[in-house]
Amino acid sequence: MSTIFGSSIGRKLLMSLSGLFLVVFLIIHLSINLLLLVPDGGQMFNVAANFMALPLIKYGLQPVLFAGFIVHIIYAAILTAQNNKARGSAKYASGNNTKDVMWASKNMFVLGLTVSAFLVVHLIDYWVPLQITHAAESITIDGVEMHNTYALVNAAFAESWRVILYVIGALGLTIHLTHGFWSAFQTLGLSNNIWRKRWTVIGIAFAWIVGLGFSLIAILQFAFYQ
Amino acid sequence: MKLDSKIPQGPMAEKWSNYKANQKLVNPANKRKLDIIVVGTGLAGASAAASFGEMGFNVKNFTIQDSPRRAHSIAAQGGINAAKNYPNDGDSIHRLFYDTVKGGDYRAREANVHRLAEVSNDIIDQCVAQGVPFAREYGGLLDNRSFGGAQVSRTFYAKGQTGQQLLIGAYQALMRQVNAGTVDLYTRTEIVDIVMVDGKARGVIARDLVTGEFQRHFGHAVVLATGGYGNAFFLSTNAMGSNGSAAIKAYQKGAAFANPCFAQIHPTCIPVHGEFQSKLTLMSESLRNDGRIWVPKKKEDAEAIRAGKLKPTQIAEENRDYYLERRYPAFGNLVPRDVASRAAKERCDAGFGVGATGLAVYLDFKSAIERLGEDAIRARYGNLFQMYEKIVDDNPYETPMMIYPAIHYTMGGIWVDYELQTTVPGLFAAGEANFSDHGANRLGASALMQGLADGYFVLPYTIQNYLADDISTPRMTGDEKEFVDAENEAKAKFEKLLAIKGNRSVDSIHKELGLVMWDFVGMARKKEGLEQAIEKIAAIKKEFYSNVRIPGSGEGMNVELEKASRLADFIEIGDLMARDALHREESCGGHFREEYQTEEGEAQRQDDKFTYAGCWEYQGEDKAPVMHKEELTFEVVKVAQRNYK
Amino acid sequence: MENNISLTLKVWRQNGPKEKGRFETYKLEKVSTDSSFLEMMDILNEQLINDGNEPVAFDHDCREGICGMCSLYINGRPHGPDDDVTTCQLHMRKFKDGETITIEPWRSAGFPVIKDLIVNRNAFDTIIAAGGYTSVSTGGVPDANAIPIPKVDADEAMDAASCIGCGACVATCKNGSAMLFVSAKVSHLALLPQGKVEAARRAKNMVAKMDELGFGNCTNTGACEVECPKGVSISNIARLNREFLKAKLQD
Repeated sequence: MSTIFGSSIGRKLLMSLSGLFLVVFLIIHLSINLLLLVPDGGQMFNVAANFMALPLIKYGLQPVLFAGFIVHIIYAAILTAQNNKARGSAKYASGNNTKDVMWASKNMFVLGLTVSAFLVVHLIDYWVPLQITHAAESITIDGVEMHNTYALVNAAFAESWRVILYVIGALGLTIHLTHGFWSAFQTLGLSNNIWRKRWTVIGIAFAWIVGLGFSLIAILQFAFYQ
Repeated sequence: MKLDSKIPQGPMAEKWSNYKANQKLVNPANKRKLDIIVVGTGLAGASAAASFGEMGFNVKNFTIQDSPRRAHSIAAQGGINAAKNYPNDGDSIHRLFYDTVKGGDYRAREANVHRLAEVSNDIIDQCVAQGVPFAREYGGLLDNRSFGGAQVSRTFYAKGQTGQQLLIGAYQALMRQVNAGTVDLYTRTEIVDIVMVDGKARGVIARDLVTGEFQRHFGHAVVLATGGYGNAFFLSTNAMGSNGSAAIKAYQKGAAFANPCFAQIHPTCIPVHGEFQSKLTLMSESLRNDGRIWVPKKKEDAEAIRAGKLKPTQIAEENRDYYLERRYPAFGNLVPRDVASRAAKERCDAGFGVGATGLAVYLDFKSAIERLGEDAIRARYGNLFQMYEKIVDDNPYETPMMIYPAIHYTMGGIWVDYELQTTVPGLFAAGEANFSDHGANRLGASALMQGLADGYFVLPYTIQNYLADDISTPRMTGDEKEFVDAENEAKAKFEKLLAIKGNRSVDSIHKELGLVMWDFVGMARKKEGLEQAIEKIAAIKKEFYSNVRIPGSGEGMNVELEKASRLADFIEIGDLMARDALHREESCGGHFREEYQTEEGEAQRQDDKFTYAGCWEYQGEDKAPVMHKEELTFEVVKVAQRNYK
Repeated sequence: MENNISLTLKVWRQNGPKEKGRFETYKLEKVSTDSSFLEMMDILNEQLINDGNEPVAFDHDCREGICGMCSLYINGRPHGPDDDVTTCQLHMRKFKDGETITIEPWRSAGFPVIKDLIVNRNAFDTIIAAGGYTSVSTGGVPDANAIPIPKVDADEAMDAASCIGCGACVATCKNGSAMLFVSAKVSHLALLPQGKVEAARRAKNMVAKMDELGFGNCTNTGACEVECPKGVSISNIARLNREFLKAKLQD
């Protein structure tokens, strides 16, 4: 066990596991966000979002989530650096004309950087006012006081530039996932000639559901919920 | 020169057991003190080197390629024979032995062939244990197929890549020993001379093909497993790097060269297309199981096809001449290779050949596709059809394939006794490099069998019988006079080549040699032609040594220099082949003399005069070699005229 | 149908491993479209020699697509613009009259250039030596039919074993990874009962050697399988991952 993460496959294992962990996070995140579209003035969304304030979540799971991101990002950087070294300093003058290779698979690091940049904006927009500065306004629902997360989101999506930014971020994530999802299972060894096709289809479907889901929420918020 | 075949006493079926029971062995402690040099990493070389290493000897293994796995054994498609009799169709060691001697047209040594048949079964067991993925039945047991006209199904195969899989098995065993430290592997290193000390082979001079540096290597014994010399013809099914140089070095150091004229011409190769063709591609013989060979019956049809005015599919059934089925009703398209090749040449020479050059015949799958369906044919030969289409740009499912014979394998080679030792003490030869167990003609799927038999199951025994007397011979350092002299001599040869600075490329001279060989020492030979060939080869030799151009220097990698030094040796081999063919006034196996044929054009042996192996002894630069005979006696096999009618 | 074409060749020339390389441009007239790519290279070399120049060094041997010796990165693809072929099986009918063809050696830190278009692929042998075999010595093995092997397993092992060790997978991989090569060998042997005995040890040792030799980390782009002249599938890589992780977890 000791040396497993020192090996190339071990490093990939960390990418795979952290990636799948983040996929689970995305599922939860999207499920809650879909409540933004419930026309109840944000009540259900606020209640659902408030679970983030639970101590177990805030001090227990949130650090794990951060760790997941950090492992995923740091190992991506390590792997990319090692791979560039393995490729060698001499580049092909005639480029690469290999066909039938998914564009995303060759640009995961760049896509990852895009997603990370978006993540920073996203954290500043929501995580900081909700969890750090508590600058977000409060609301009381069924006797429980909580942040009015809905108002925060709704206000943010009133601005068209932010909607565009979020759509771009979501699409970057989509493309990242079209390769990342099936690749995670391949790395775990949970693939063969049959399952590879299945994972690819499931992965692409999942990626677009996530990407279009987040995008639509932002667009609809902008267009119909102001 | 004394040719002692050292055939053990006793009845044929007990000779090998008797030999093993009585031979000398080397104990494990002494094996560590003994060094063996193995030249070549094909089936014979890799299997021998790996086996020696496992036994505890110190092995140095050389290959001219970048990896042992590149050796040309890898290209064998069809399969490997063994007398397992798994299909329960009447096969046995005796039958495999008998078929091999008969197939070789009664020019092989019975005792060797019997041993080959005996160890054939062990080879299959060994390969399966190594993880060779042979084809299997649904029940999980090994599948067999019939091959090259055998009456039993005794051929084991791994798709159309049997040679590849067997070589990878041997290569893996070899790399295991490299890892264990018993074998030192020298890649991209060529043997340029054999070092003799007190009349025994004690080492080699090698040249590093990357740096151009010469190296001296000591060995208590030297094994040559360097393959055949078919590339003397320039165009052959051999790999571009296949060469006869190590064999020629051995010959020049006193090893007899036996039956050089026995070269096998394979009937199913893709025809020559143009002057810049570099090699000929073999299409597996298995195609003849379902393909029917024909040429047009009418000369005008053949002419129209050659002119591109007619397509083969437009020739009506009654206007096609299925000449093999016509001439050999019993075996039809499955006659042995030499017979099929000559029949193709006969039709083309008579003006019925097809293709732009007129040097091709059709191999047609139309009736097989009608009978079995295209899918069945695709399942059997899909990869071969694809290969054909890539090369020729024709779809063999729709239009018949074109094939023509090409040089494929050399039965002749360095003479060895029963122990695979040459006439030079301490110098052994294995696989295609020796004059082998195939007589005048090799049966399909037998080359792989022989290579692995020699390497896995013969040499590991017989070499001990020699080395047992050498346990107190100390290792030499390579600084001895003999080594230094040999290195200087080798260096001088390379410098001589570089100093010529003529006007012609190595390839252009090699092609000239190849044409002479094909025209005069090819499928059909005759006295006048062979005499002419000897003169022409002498002229080519003169041209080579006065007009070859080798750019660059001896330092660093110089591919042209490598090719030139090999061509110098091919010229010697060409001369030797022509001399041997001239002296052998009979037709047998791969050697067909036009003067010796029946009225129907079949080969006619002269058993009373030529039942021997012709062994040539080197006499020195530009002196005619001397021929010695190893008389062949047949105790078990009844010598008869081959009949495939 | 046969045709003649004229070509401009941009060929990588490099005198030795330590020397600096550069592209040289050559013109070639009247090349038959029936020639193979390497025959075209022969024509170029004949022309170079006749002009008093040094010919281009390139690796090749069997010229029938099985030895794995030929390499060449042609117009952005290892083994050139045709599928399921090695360079020696590539024919000039795949090129147009007047076309410029760029010919480069395999590029990867694991495959240093020796001369011109020739690279050193000894790393592959070293990886095999680390465990790509069954540890059986000659003799003393059971009868070949003693252990039945399901046909599907034998066929799958054969597909993995058809790797020719040419290195196109590494050459095309943006990560310079040798995973397809290593996984083909691990799969070939892991699928057979004879190889299963040492499967764990083999996977660990071969991967460790591959990492040590500086090959990159696989990111599952699948380019290797597209360029593999023998169509070795990346499902073998999944199997290698499985075998390796299983082996490591058992430690």
